[in-house]
Amino acid sequence: MTLLLQYTLLYASVLILVALGGCFSERSGVINLGLEGIMVMGALGGALTMKYMAGLPGIVIVLTTILISALFGLIYSLLLAVACINFKADQTIVGTALNLLGTALATVIVKAVNTAANPDDVSSNVQYIAAKKSLIVNIGGFEFNWFMLLAFVLLITAYVLLYKTRFGLRLMACGEHPQAADSVGINVYKMRYAGVMISGVLGGLGGIVYITAGVSEWKFENGVAGFGFLALAVMIFGQWKPLRIALAALLFGMFRALSNVYSGFDFLTALNIPSTVYNMMPYIISLLVLTFTSKNSKAPKAEGIPYDKGQR
Amino acid sequence: MKKEKRSFLQNNVVQSLLASLICIVLGLFIGFIVLLFINPSGAVDAILTIIKNFMVFPNGNIALKYLGNTLVKTAPLLMCALSVLFSYKVGLFNIGAAGQYVIGAGVAVYAALAWQLPWWLCALLAMAAGAALGAVSGLLKSYFNVNEVISGIMLNWISLYSMNMLLVKVKEDTSPYTKQIAIHGKAALLPSLGLDKLFYNNKYVTIAVPLAVLIAVLVWVVLEKTKFGYELKATGMNKNAAKYSGMAEKRNIIVTLMIGGALAALGATMFYLSGYEQWATSQSSVPGMGFNGIAAAFLGGLNPIGTIFASFFIQHITEGGAYVDKTMYSSQISDLISSLIIYLCGFVLFMKHVMSKHAAKKGGKE
Repeated sequence: MTLLLQYTLLYASVLILVALGGCFSERSGVINLGLEGIMVMGALGGALTMKYMAGLPGIVIVLTTILISALFGLIYSLLLAVACINFKADQTIVGTALNLLGTALATVIVKAVNTAANPDDVSSNVQYIAAKKSLIVNIGGFEFNWFMLLAFVLLITAYVLLYKTRFGLRLMACGEHPQAADSVGINVYKMRYAGVMISGVLGGLGGIVYITAGVSEWKFENGVAGFGFLALAVMIFGQWKPLRIALAALLFGMFRALSNVYSGFDFLTALNIPSTVYNMMPYIISLLVLTFTSKNSKAPKAEGIPYDKGQR
Repeated sequence: MKKEKRSFLQNNVVQSLLASLICIVLGLFIGFIVLLFINPSGAVDAILTIIKNFMVFPNGNIALKYLGNTLVKTAPLLMCALSVLFSYKVGLFNIGAAGQYVIGAGVAVYAALAWQLPWWLCALLAMAAGAALGAVSGLLKSYFNVNEVISGIMLNWISLYSMNMLLVKVKEDTSPYTKQIAIHGKAALLPSLGLDKLFYNNKYVTIAVPLAVLIAVLVWVVLEKTKFGYELKATGMNKNAAKYSGMAEKRNIIVTLMIGGALAALGATMFYLSGYEQWATSQSSVPGMGFNGIAAAFLGGLNPIGTIFASFFIQHITEGGAYVDKTMYSSQISDLISSLIIYLCGFVLFMKHVMSKHAAKKGGKE
């Protein structure tokens, strides 16, 4: 049971971070389908940091990993921002391209790093088993992970930022009615850049949390297995509102956690369901949930439409 | 009669062609820079290898045989690209093509090995399965307002896991691969009608190659020359306008994704029933064919005929990537270039805008 709780909280942390990222981007008016790719890049930055920093004091490792992952995500998200905000590109195409590019680029980089270290090593794996220990504090069988705290703090921050500050309210105005926002002197382009960049930071963090959740090495050829899209489902289910997103993330996180720990439950093993079914579960649940919640979707009205100053 | 002389640059076909060429050149160039960063000494060789693909073999006959291999994989890619293109013309982004491809492969291979069905029946069953999967996305989109991209991705993973489960039943005892169709399901092998002779007896070259080209032409005819195609495109341009003018816009969305699904699934049939590759039931990522289809569709300027050439090009560099010096680089460098090309395709609208502006300026001066 503690194991289920632990994994649920971990996967929920991932989903909270990434879905909040999507939320900031869409609230500013840019659909970010590239979250998956952003997660991969964040994961890459974090994993390489952990690989090379093993042996340093725990606190240094944790903080640097967080910083580098966020930075990788941020830089990568700029590709989306430039294309969609300055060049008014189709947000679906660019987002999809970023997902494919993220996995390809990470694989190429990791393989290059591996073969440079050892010519016989052509795998796309990064190991971070040593550094992973500093992420975890064992409390009576429950492995507390610093990333859980990080997700919680950022959740509260996101809520305050979005609803209680001038910045957040302006950001949301740009996603609802950019022309009106512009007419009262808000720089729509700047706000949208801010939205996408915040999603880059949060997506990048989500990436490192995801790959360190269950395992201590990651094969980058596999990307992040659709988790970025699960986060988008969480965001839609959460109606683009941070607190609801958190609740939705807990639900989805639990289903994802089940595939890691189902063998620990006697009644689940007794059902004799193949493990593949548990792997499919999060995707099936999210399809069902979307089916019943998308009808009255409260999506930001101007999302997906490039803002053109000349058009009124 | 009003006859306006238009500048060369204002011609839409010329613009699309130029834009695609710019995407290719920039994509290759950035790929080259990445290679330089990894290892400057072999970068020139590597990028040339990628561009040459089968031409790296000095022996003409061997090169011909490998050209055949590239074509064998171009056929399914073209089908996936057509699936993406067809849906995009109706305003739908069919990223689910990857899953429809997976389910097509699963059903075709299972029907071939477990039921010993002939190839055309396997293909029909696969297409039906692909269409059904497309219909799910379509229904969710039109009646429940679920974004087809997100439902598509979810269905991709669900298809992959369920097909792995299905195909375990027809796998070899000692490996995770499905049994060889050439031995255990002979009736399902696609006929080659002598095409293999053209490629130095490459037995994998089958009717799939000309069939895919034929279907591309067919898709063009349907989209450009029929009332049905016109209605679909109208739905894509403005759903509400289509609805008010009496078109069944919900049905159009579902039908479109069903056709898209059938196309992608047929592509999978073309590949797996040629016997070129066996399905690995242990695979944990969705095959890239459907995603590369997105690259080919956009690189082809969203024109079925252009897509034929774009599919060949994408497959050409993907195959070429397999020949780079593995002690320095990895074959994924080709995936990197393809995805860069998709990214750059996002800028096509902007490029066309610049070209038109440039042409207008020139025209004004004369």
